[in-house]
Amino acid sequence: MTEAKLAEESSLSDDFLGQLISVGEVDILVGVPTHNNAKTIGPIVETIQASLLTFFPRERIAIINADGGSRDGTSGLVVNAAIGDTRSGSKMYALRTLHSISTQYASTPAGGMALRTILAAAELLRAKACVVISPESTQMTTDWLAALLRPIYAEQFDLVLPTYRRHRFDGILLTNLVYPMTRAVYGLRIREPYALEFSFSGRLGSQFLAQNPWLEETARAGSEIQFTLAAIAGGYRICQSFLGAREHVERRSADLVPALRQTVGALFSSLEPNFSLWSPKTGSQPIPTTGAEQEFTLEPLRINRKRLRDMFSTGVAELESVFRAILSAPTLAELQRIAGLDEAHFRYSEELWVKTVYEFAVAYHKSVISQDHIIQALAPLFRGRAFTFLMENRNGSANDVGNNIEGLCLEFERMKPYLLEMWSGRQ
Amino acid sequence: MREMIISELMQAMQQFTRGFAHILPRIIVLVIVGLVGWIVAYFFRVLLRSILRLVKFDKLSESAGASQLLSKAALPSATELLSRFVFWVAWLGFILLGVSVLGVFGLQEQIARFFLFLPRLFVALLILFVGLLCAGFFSRAALLAAVNASLPSPRLLSVAIRTIIIIFVLSMVFEEVGVAEQTMLVAFGIAFGAVMLGLAIAFGMGGQDLAKRFLEAKFVHGRDDDGKEDELSPL
Repeated sequence: MTEAKLAEESSLSDDFLGQLISVGEVDILVGVPTHNNAKTIGPIVETIQASLLTFFPRERIAIINADGGSRDGTSGLVVNAAIGDTRSGSKMYALRTLHSISTQYASTPAGGMALRTILAAAELLRAKACVVISPESTQMTTDWLAALLRPIYAEQFDLVLPTYRRHRFDGILLTNLVYPMTRAVYGLRIREPYALEFSFSGRLGSQFLAQNPWLEETARAGSEIQFTLAAIAGGYRICQSFLGAREHVERRSADLVPALRQTVGALFSSLEPNFSLWSPKTGSQPIPTTGAEQEFTLEPLRINRKRLRDMFSTGVAELESVFRAILSAPTLAELQRIAGLDEAHFRYSEELWVKTVYEFAVAYHKSVISQDHIIQALAPLFRGRAFTFLMENRNGSANDVGNNIEGLCLEFERMKPYLLEMWSGRQ
Repeated sequence: MREMIISELMQAMQQFTRGFAHILPRIIVLVIVGLVGWIVAYFFRVLLRSILRLVKFDKLSESAGASQLLSKAALPSATELLSRFVFWVAWLGFILLGVSVLGVFGLQEQIARFFLFLPRLFVALLILFVGLLCAGFFSRAALLAAVNASLPSPRLLSVAIRTIIIIFVLSMVFEEVGVAEQTMLVAFGIAFGAVMLGLAIAFGMGGQDLAKRFLEAKFVHGRDDDGKEDELSPL
């Protein structure tokens, strides 16, 4: 295929295509999506290089940086991260050439477009295994790449997702909604369906690249979880690898709605096209996991619980007209009842939370109002659930936290028939 | 004298008979056109109702907030209302066509005006519906954004946005149908100006601190502690 023809058929720039063609074929492709990550990217790329030289010295490798219009010189840092510097202090030598290429896929960041660029490059280079690394993973060690790539490279898995050692209150949206609901609906116990570090086989990458329409909406909202869900729907071999500690990232309350869009929005929208796949499934199955499934740390965190509780109560009172369109009358009445309770007696029970989430999923499916408004309306309710989770686990051990999450997962599984009844309009 | 009276009577009778004979077929045509018009209008009504039910127009109207307005005014559903409206417009159109056959002086011009007015009426109704849809969407978007950003009085903000859009839409509708154009324009200008001035004064007098906090949080780094959920990370 000529370069001109490739450029015609591809969304990649001519310059980037030219660089890829000069690389030829590779065994492993490392994708690093970035946007203004100059502070962290240098050490991460060096760790990636050190890891590749240590564990995959015989493989043909390319590091692809898909940049969303950085203005702080991130791209230059990736390309110029000197492999020599990494080698100088040790005795690591690459037997094959290691290429580093950076491309700007757009002038503004879009996670979906970054992944698409990496997938397109992987397909063009016929990579056998690909790994995506977050530019914010400052705690990354050289073992991460090996843990993520080996199952693909040596054991023919198609998707390797990470598990981490996290703070017990970190990733609270994942532990209270995304993981339990994905598990109950699709029947697989995937701890991190929304992963920022993951690896995949070339065939899964090509399949997702061809399947996904890559609309503007897709480019914005949670392509990472869509990738996981596509692998589940396609029946690909999935496993998990324990990577170690994941550093706690400070968030602001304004980050919640985008996080809901990226994860819950993508999960809800996957339900309709995959209905025939998930509707007959009951219970859930574990998936092969290397290392621990999940670990929790217990160091104290200062969390403003009162603010969470207040935002829940205000939301329930102010958004009543919106909730009337989304929730059933008994669920809304129960939410209004608990919103009136004082802090000591407040409890957003598992059953009520599961009912709420399932009713939101059905409202999303039926588009009773704008789908984005449905996702936004979930934010204050999630804060109420987060408050209860914090209160129930504030003195708990790591085991207690794990057991509570497991209990919530079982509640999601137990109430799946409720989701199906609502979905088909029988309730 | 007697013969004269009888002759005049006979003449008047003949004239009346001639006039009646002249008008009777037209009245029959009017009745037939009216009947056919009723059947056609009824067919339109049934067809439109089926189409609107198929495309779930009531749901759209509900999300636009139009259904709530209709139920408050004790009116039927949006689908029913629109089908009835089309029925009456179609039937009235047929009746006016039939009336034009009567050849009443001056009526032709009025009928022509009615038919010229119909497209404007439809456009006005379309503007009203789309306007209500926009008002519902944007007021809900403002409500959700305000609640999630912990802004004070989110419902007031939402109602204000809804009211401004509805006032704007109504002024467009009245302008389109040509009802009191100047009055509506002036009234809209005064109402809109008053609302904006009121908001500006209210924000200036009462929202100084809020504006200060907002601008500080936006432009001064390290001063946005209010927005922090104290290190609670959702992902």
